[in-house]
Order: sequence, then C-alpha cells, then structure tokens
Amino acid sequence: MGGRETDVVLLDENGIRSDGRKVNETRKVTIKVGVLKNADGSAYIEFGGNKILAGVFGPRDVHPKHMSNPDTGILRVRYHMEPFSVSERKNPAPSRREIEISKVLKEALEPAVILEKFPRTAIDVYLEVLQADGGTRCAALDAASVALADAGIPMRDMVCSCAAGKAADTLILDVNNEEDQAGQADMPIGYMPNFGKITLLQLDGVLTTDEFKKCIELGIEGCKQVYEIQKNALREKYFSSGDNN
Amino acid sequence: MNENQFVLPGDVIVTGDYRPEQNVILEGNRLMSTATGFSEIKDDLVTVTPLTGLYTPKTDDLVIGKIVSHNALSWEVDINSYYSGILTASDIFGKDYSPSRDDLSLKLKTGDIILARIANVNSRDPLITITGENLGKIDSGELIKISPTKIPRLTGSVIQTIEASTNATITVGQNGLIILKCDNSTGLKKSIASIKMIGMAQYDANLEEKIQRFLDENN
Repeated sequence: MGGRETDVVLLDENGIRSDGRKVNETRKVTIKVGVLKNADGSAYIEFGGNKILAGVFGPRDVHPKHMSNPDTGILRVRYHMEPFSVSERKNPAPSRREIEISKVLKEALEPAVILEKFPRTAIDVYLEVLQADGGTRCAALDAASVALADAGIPMRDMVCSCAAGKAADTLILDVNNEEDQAGQADMPIGYMPNFGKITLLQLDGVLTTDEFKKCIELGIEGCKQVYEIQKNALREKYFSSGDNN
Repeated sequence: MNENQFVLPGDVIVTGDYRPEQNVILEGNRLMSTATGFSEIKDDLVTVTPLTGLYTPKTDDLVIGKIVSHNALSWEVDINSYYSGILTASDIFGKDYSPSRDDLSLKLKTGDIILARIANVNSRDPLITITGENLGKIDSGELIKISPTKIPRLTGSVIQTIEASTNATITVGQNGLIILKCDNSTGLKKSIASIKMIGMAQYDANLEEKIQRFLDENN
C-alpha cells in the first residue's frame, strides 16, 4: 500500500489497466455449484486468477459442546490458503491474516444466514484458496454464499462481494494483486443485493471522503455483477431441465 | 407475477398483502424466499418448496429412523435430520415404566430400524412415537436413502405406479428413507432403480411418465 515503486504501469493513457481491463470492469468470474460430493453444499469459484473451493456442512452437532448456543445456531468459517496458492510456499498453519479473514467473513455471512432456526447446532463453512491473485476474501465470500445456498441453509439474501480501490490516482473496480501491491487503496465490500445492505467493508489505504463514497458505489456495482453470476450458477444446477448429475 | 417460479435465497416472490409460510420471510411488503426452490402462491399464502437441504421434522410426519443409543428413559434415534429423534421408554412400556424393572435394550437394540411418527417438535429434540398402526420395528426389506427434498415427488400415484408393476411394497419416510419389500428379486431391483431415478432427477414435470416408461421398458 501507499504506492510502492514498481515498473508496472497500472493505468495507461487510454485508461487500460495492467491486465487489459477498463477501470470499471471486473475480472472474469466463473462459479460451479455442487463440486464436492461429501459436503452438504459446495462451490468452486474462479475470480480472475483466484481459485477457491468452498464446502459447507450442517446444521450439525457442535463439537466442542461448550461452543453451542441453546438460543441459536452458530456459524463457523475457516478461510485457509494452500501452501501452493502463492508463488513462495506458504506455511499451512493458520496465520494471523487467515484468522482475521475467517472472522470478517463469518461476520459478513451472519446477517444473511437465518441461524435462529437451528438452536444448538453449527454450520461450518470451509474455504480453501487453491490459487491467490488478490481479492481472495471477496472471491471466498462469493463462493461461501453460493455453497450455503447449495446446502439448503435458509438465508435472508445471498451475499455477493467485490473490491474497489484506487490505483494511479484513479478509482478502479476489482483490485488485482499488482494493483493491491502498488496501488493506493483496496476496499473489499460484501453486499446483500435485495436488502441493499453492506455486510463487509474494509479499507486498506487512503481515500478522501468523496473518493470513499464513490468507491463504495463502484464496489456495489461490482457486487451486483457478481450476484448475477452467482444466480446463474445456482440456476444451472437446480433449474436446468433434465438430469445433469 | 408468475404464480409458480424458481427462486433463490433473497429473491422477491411477490409484493403486497400476502402471508409468508414455509421458507418465506416478510420484509416490509416484500415476500422473499429463504431457500433455493419452487415458489407457490395459494390464496394469500406464499410457500417455497426447497430443492436442497436436510429434513426438518414436522409434527405427524412418518419417518424411518435408526436406533443410535439409549439411556435409562429413552432411545436416541437417527432420523436423518440435524436433531436426533427421542423415543421415550413410556411409549413402549406404558405409563408404569420403571427403569429398574424394564430393560430398554430388550425391546429395541442399537442399529434397529423403526418406522415412527413425529409426535412433538416443540421440545428440545423432536419426540417420536411408535404407537399407531404399522409403526414400530422393521424386520425386513431394503432401505434406500434419497434426498428428503425429493420426497414430495414420490406422490401417491407414483408409488402406486411402481408398486403395481413390480409387486413391491413401499414405505416412505418423510425424512428421505424408504423401505422396499418385494418377493421377487427382479421386481425389487426395478423398484430400487426407479426410486433412485426419482432421487437423482432434477425438477421435471414429466417425471411420472418417465418412471412409467422405465418400468414398461424393463418388463
């Protein structure tokens, strides 16, 4: 952050970014539903260079028992990066960063999931980052939400997510790894599209008040684009006619 | 607004003066789905039949369960849901049940399969009962498991179709477990295959015809 020196041209004179995108364009997103047989619900997302698997179990018994809540169910999220997900081997033990992301993703999903229906149970969400390319938390949140819907867990709304940020003094949508490293700001947003509510908002970098507002608007536009892809992925599994098992 | 439609969590089914039922929430004047499924509007009631998910116990449902364990007062029964079913000892031994005199393991052992009815779901764990006609321990038959969300597709007429062409007797538990009994092995194989076909099929309006054709083909 803070504009580290690099040779990469983040934005050329035609307004084209380092990976050939326009400023308000997301990377290519593909989602597949129901990829894991043993999980109650699952999803696989490719968000540009990010490749993430999400598996959902539950509602099921809580172990250890003392974690269970007699009034409501609990949601547990584990975000984990594979040792081979980045160019330099990553220690597979959960790092401080992974523990934090697990926490913010849990809190981003909690407003959507109707946990009160399942007292004394847990819903477990496992997110495995197979390949990372900047913006994994957004991609992981998108996959988690689709996997929860696939598991048939009651939700008030889907959660879709996309980042916005600032690089080369310009607001950009869907910050990639290079822009994250050399850019000026990165703001991941989680959004419930039918309620119009933000469930995840982080900001790493510096923005003026005006830029901040514009950045949120831009990010929400990205979230809505991702939401359409999430819907299509679920429709393809459940509503396409005939057998496709 | 289309009356029956496929919906995803968060989708607004209809707005206005309606009442939310199963898998629907009311948000302002919008009725939103909470499940992936098929929405239906009957009079002013809006429901969504889910296409995925675990079995949610409902009072008076017939379920097939497996005895997991027992303590001094009750059996714990796996009913393929997120809660275990509780079968109280007094359900079998009567009101004068005494833990010192009667031995639960003599009546039902761990691993036994029972056909039961959900008696009450308002308690901690759903209470089940085996007092009633045809309820109780199942001694023979083939046990098949399909997704509980596919059970509504096994309507009376579909079951009759299969039973008529294979001579099998089919007992359907609302929790996704099915017991098949048949004297001849070809009929048994065929009925298992047709039930599994229903378990695998996506939403399909012509399912009954397909099953009929499948049964005819193999005659």
